[in-house]
Amino acid sequence: MATLTASSPSQYHRRSWLERNGGQLGLHTVLILITILFAVPLLVVVSASFTDEVALAKNGYGLWPSQFSVDAYRYLLLNPDQIIRSYGVTILVTLLGTLGGLLVMTLLAYALARVDFTWRRPISFFVFFTMLFNGGLVPTYILITQYLRLRDTLAVLILPYLVVPWFVFLLRTYFSTLPKEFIESAKIDGANEFQIYARIVLPLSTPALATVGLFLILMFWNDWWLALLYINEASLYPLQYLLFAILRNAEFLSNNANQSAMLGSVVVPLQTIRMAMAIVAMGPVAIAFLALQRYFVRGLTLGGIKGE
Amino acid sequence: MAPTATTPIPRNANAAQTRKRTGFGALLRKNAIFLLMAAPALLLLIVFSYLPMFGVVIAFKDFRAALGIFESPWIGFKNFEFLLRSPTLGRITVNTLFLNSLFIITGTVGAIGLALMLNEVRLKMAARTYQTFVFFPYFISWVIVGYFSFALLNSDNGLLNTTLSRLGLKEVAWYSSPQYWPTILTLTNLWKGVGYGSIIYLAGMLAINTDYYEAAMLDGANKLQQIRYITLPFLVPIMIITTLLAIGRIFFADFGLIYYTTRDNSLLYPTTDVIDTFVFRALRVNADIGMAAAAGLYQSVVGFVLVIASNWLVKRVDPDRALF
Repeated sequence: MATLTASSPSQYHRRSWLERNGGQLGLHTVLILITILFAVPLLVVVSASFTDEVALAKNGYGLWPSQFSVDAYRYLLLNPDQIIRSYGVTILVTLLGTLGGLLVMTLLAYALARVDFTWRRPISFFVFFTMLFNGGLVPTYILITQYLRLRDTLAVLILPYLVVPWFVFLLRTYFSTLPKEFIESAKIDGANEFQIYARIVLPLSTPALATVGLFLILMFWNDWWLALLYINEASLYPLQYLLFAILRNAEFLSNNANQSAMLGSVVVPLQTIRMAMAIVAMGPVAIAFLALQRYFVRGLTLGGIKGE
Repeated sequence: MAPTATTPIPRNANAAQTRKRTGFGALLRKNAIFLLMAAPALLLLIVFSYLPMFGVVIAFKDFRAALGIFESPWIGFKNFEFLLRSPTLGRITVNTLFLNSLFIITGTVGAIGLALMLNEVRLKMAARTYQTFVFFPYFISWVIVGYFSFALLNSDNGLLNTTLSRLGLKEVAWYSSPQYWPTILTLTNLWKGVGYGSIIYLAGMLAINTDYYEAAMLDGANKLQQIRYITLPFLVPIMIITTLLAIGRIFFADFGLIYYTTRDNSLLYPTTDVIDTFVFRALRVNADIGMAAAAGLYQSVVGFVLVIASNWLVKRVDPDRALF
């Protein structure tokens, strides 16, 4: 009897633990499965990049290298010219595009946020209308290639993306929530609009600037569209477009096939090289993402404020 | 003392303002600095957004590169007649609408389901880890997604086919079987966007007052009932708005998703060719500028009407969330 009474509370306790946590366990099981499914494509590409070329052709793609090899990466290290060039193009475009975009968009947003700017409404509409209607690909393409003659220039990878209406409005909304007293007192102190913009509004808006800046970095870093349309010159290939060229056209890599002799191997590791290229191109984005994820989340909530 | 010291200032300011408000020149001078600040961005918009709008006249011309837009001869609706007579117009319209509908439905259901699950996880560390994994694909370019799908689907040694053959099942030539592609594209789209899409619903859930749940628990409601009768009803407005806004964009396909995941494989066009890929191909591959311009204008105009219509609907549901 004594043991029964002693054990019954713990039995009761155990059942209630399962009852209380059974749902949580099920939830974690489902979420872990989803997480694994989401990671599979990445795992497969990483494992392929570390697989021996012949083994990959024979055994196929898997979650783990069927025969471990770093030949693909060694090959990339021996032929780094195009990769370094493309990395350079992408870094330059991302840097100039993000800084330039932030500059022109914050200037515009600042003017639109000022209530004493007489034409802020019609100009807001002028910006907004570009979100509703666009001329489409053909007129843009002809304008850029035949009239502006921007084909195969660095500028064509930057200029068309500098003004994103959605970000202009996000910044405008943020600027207009800043306390008016700051601006008023600065004016009394004799500051002009540029000084108020640079010394008061921008420093107070770092969360919005960080969010828009990160989205711009992501947009420029990941862009392949402008290169697909306007770049033929390999020396101006951004990273994403180089990846595309390699996936479409194996010869792009085997041009340097004589290099494979250096590896002491008969086969140019074409398939595994492609996968290694994808990993090399993705690396910085992956690291940056892990560090900066919360800013992107905040970007969405900032956008939400605009809607309300 | 204080009132006498402060009142004259606004009066003076008012007087100064009314004096200044005479004539356009004064108005221009007052706004000059703002115009100067807005100028660079406005100039870029004029060049890259407004000039192409006028360029839509190309659709009504027999465009010759040597003659340019202005000198090329007018041909009325000839380009549109060619477009209407080709069998592709129906196909690309249906594909665009069908695929985007699939994406909207699965994207909404997936985002809400994921948000509900993440929201219920009590261990916050775990919830953040899961979120990181499902958010990750959002940061990857479509080109790299193309690599992923190639690794999974290529018929020689892709993961899916090697797995199928290991299980003793028949392999599938994915890149030449169009019937599978609406599913493949839907899964790819979900994989890339559902983490991002769930954030807005998670934010919506955080905004729900916890009193509702406490009251429901006192009444003996279990978790599923709480979700069914409290959480979901609160999410309905967000769901309606995001869906309507997505419908406003239903005539515009995600070019990167289609082009890179299918590897622009012509065998798959029956189910994957959309307006955007068709326009791109007509312009860049076939150099049929008239056809490309006509299809592009068709998309711009119908797209414009749909954006206006969806915004009108959003306004009726929740005026604060309308775009304009």
